[in-house]
Amino acid sequence: MTFTRRTAMAWAMGTVAAVFALSDAMAQDQPPIRIGSITTLEGPFATGGQDAYRAMEMAFEAIDYTVGGREIQWIRESSNATPDVALARARKLIEQDEVDIIIGPLSGAEGIALRDYSRTLTGRTIINGSSGAADTTLRDPSSNFFRFNTEGTQWMAGLGTYAYEEMDSRHVALVAADYAFPYAQVFGFMHEYCELGGAVTKLWSPLNTTDFSSIIAQFPSDIDAVLLIQGGTDALAFLTQYAEVGGDLPIIGGSITADQTLLSARGPHQRLMEGMVAAGPIADLNEDPNWQDFVARYRERWGSEGFDSPSIHAVNYYTNTIAVLQALEEVGGDLSDDQAAFQAALAEIEFTAPTGANVRLDSNRQAISDIFLTRIVNDGGTMRTEAFGRTPDVTQTLGMDTEEFLALGSPSRDNPDCPPAL
Amino acid sequence: MIMMSTRQWALTGLGVAILMVLPLLLHNFWLVNIMGRAMVYGVVALSLTFLAHYGGFISLAQTMVAGIAGYAVAMMAPTAIPLSTMAMPYALAIPLAVLAATLAGALVGLIAVNTREIYLLMITLALAVGFSLFAQSNITWFRGYEGIRNIVGPEVFGLPFRTPMVFYYSALIVAVLMYLLVLYVVRTPFGLVLQAIRDSNRRTAAIGFNVALHRIAAFALAGFIAGWGGVLITFYNIGITPSSIGLWATVAVLIMAVIGGLGHPLGAFIGALIYALMDTFASTIIGHDRFNTLIGLVFLSIVLLSPDGVWGIGERLKATLQGKGSKPAVEEAAGNETADRGS
Repeated sequence: MTFTRRTAMAWAMGTVAAVFALSDAMAQDQPPIRIGSITTLEGPFATGGQDAYRAMEMAFEAIDYTVGGREIQWIRESSNATPDVALARARKLIEQDEVDIIIGPLSGAEGIALRDYSRTLTGRTIINGSSGAADTTLRDPSSNFFRFNTEGTQWMAGLGTYAYEEMDSRHVALVAADYAFPYAQVFGFMHEYCELGGAVTKLWSPLNTTDFSSIIAQFPSDIDAVLLIQGGTDALAFLTQYAEVGGDLPIIGGSITADQTLLSARGPHQRLMEGMVAAGPIADLNEDPNWQDFVARYRERWGSEGFDSPSIHAVNYYTNTIAVLQALEEVGGDLSDDQAAFQAALAEIEFTAPTGANVRLDSNRQAISDIFLTRIVNDGGTMRTEAFGRTPDVTQTLGMDTEEFLALGSPSRDNPDCPPAL
Repeated sequence: MIMMSTRQWALTGLGVAILMVLPLLLHNFWLVNIMGRAMVYGVVALSLTFLAHYGGFISLAQTMVAGIAGYAVAMMAPTAIPLSTMAMPYALAIPLAVLAATLAGALVGLIAVNTREIYLLMITLALAVGFSLFAQSNITWFRGYEGIRNIVGPEVFGLPFRTPMVFYYSALIVAVLMYLLVLYVVRTPFGLVLQAIRDSNRRTAAIGFNVALHRIAAFALAGFIAGWGGVLITFYNIGITPSSIGLWATVAVLIMAVIGGLGHPLGAFIGALIYALMDTFASTIIGHDRFNTLIGLVFLSIVLLSPDGVWGIGERLKATLQGKGSKPAVEEAAGNETADRGS
């Protein structure tokens, strides 16, 4: 046989075709699992959103983007913390990018919007990122929406009891921002505190208040402590003004009060801030080896690009992501039959979050996990939060029967209420 | 009777025919989340274009008015979570919601009746922001920050509203009807008086027309149009929250109207389409870190290259191709003047 140019060409074409056919067959054998994610890379929570993606990247890198023998393709989207945008992104991920699973979003109202969207889907699953509105899983839950992080009401577990029993406080003044998230936090605190017999004088302020002098002027004379459920610059403004008028009552914080804005700012508020107790799902300093290991890996991977210590959003996204990966591993990457096996595995798994907290789900697919009592300490010149107590297995209904808990009503300005006796 | 030349009728008919058969060609995602979304937001932008081009009123309250229809339909919707005490069938809730938006539009017109230009802009902006903050802080009616959810819309021929075909054709019908309504109204005596007010309100008053009444009626009509958009947007978003009517949403509608071109009702839909495309695909093109920069640059270059938006580019091209440019150039100048006054 003469090896003409034509035969050479034919051979080449044949080889190419065979290679394509082969790789095609291999690809069809194990198509990649497509995971979409939504977080907030625009607007007020942008830095939290970036940190969330750092943590997700760590979770995927740890398994080399392979689970149950299948490759993972990760498609990232960004929202601006509004539900309409989160929904538009979710639709793009599901309908255009054809992802199997969405992990996200970051903020409360977005979570509710995606839960509603998940109801219209079959064979797809949405796993929460970091959003913490109670109703996302408490009322009218959706069968394919899962949340492995705890929410605002759960985060206050143990704090009311600590304030009453350890701090001996009987009457606190509540200084809180007037919207849904603080309502949930206040509910969690007062649920325990009022039950024990404590009294609360509520002083609400609009979000982004800069002048708290009228609020400070309204403090009753017999209060033992101030419960401060504010975040960011609002908390800083209050503490600065309270310190300037010579206030010296102990401060009890909410889960987002002791954030980086407050901890890294310098000024008169630092005097009040040191020793401030709070409760929440994470603390910067936590002796649990899981946390030590996670922080070490985070610092090694991200160096100066990341935060000094992983943020709450990083921890929540990471917790939800490893839940997905563990469930996928258990079912060997099997997403057939409208993801029935995968969703069943998700509902059943139990694992340890990077904070060392044990995580499992209730019947509404909401996390039951541990909550830490924290306090602010001066760690060699840097203010940090330190865990000093742990409330294990906090449920969304705070240990109550679901029906009984729902009968208490939604958290609001007036619910619950335990004013001081006149 | 809508006054259009045979050629214009033919073009409109052709456009609608193409949109009618699009479901055969397009993937569901494009059908609903690009075309459908562009049409429902385009209707709100259309109400702004109508006010701006024919009345000379740049109102920033149109998103708020659409939001009033959205909140109204959500409060009355039989599927709402939590269900309100005044729940009723969608067949009743939708017209009532549009009526509420029409009244709200008239109210905005009444409040702003004596203001022009920058003062009109400020007063409508204040109303829009005020309403959004009110909705955010009111729990009893507006359900605060979390809004009213699960507004899935009515069933049409036994199919849920979110079925791509149902949503697409509903949006198309509403968009086309509102578009034709605007074209019709501007040729009626009412519409002509409105344009006279735009050109000189004193002269119009001197002839004996009641300028204030005409202005209020124009805002009411714009409210009616925006109301339909608001109802469909609420179904599209499966609910409504204060952020749906906040500052960003208000600015988004203004951007749609301006980049599309305030010179013609069609500009609103062109702008909404460009906005939907950019909003959806910018992060795919440039990555999720810098996509807002790309969106901003595209909008900026459209407005820099053509102060009267994409529609204006088309008009100018047409004038150049015709080689005469006498008549279109005059129209264009008039359009420019309106746009300048508004900006």
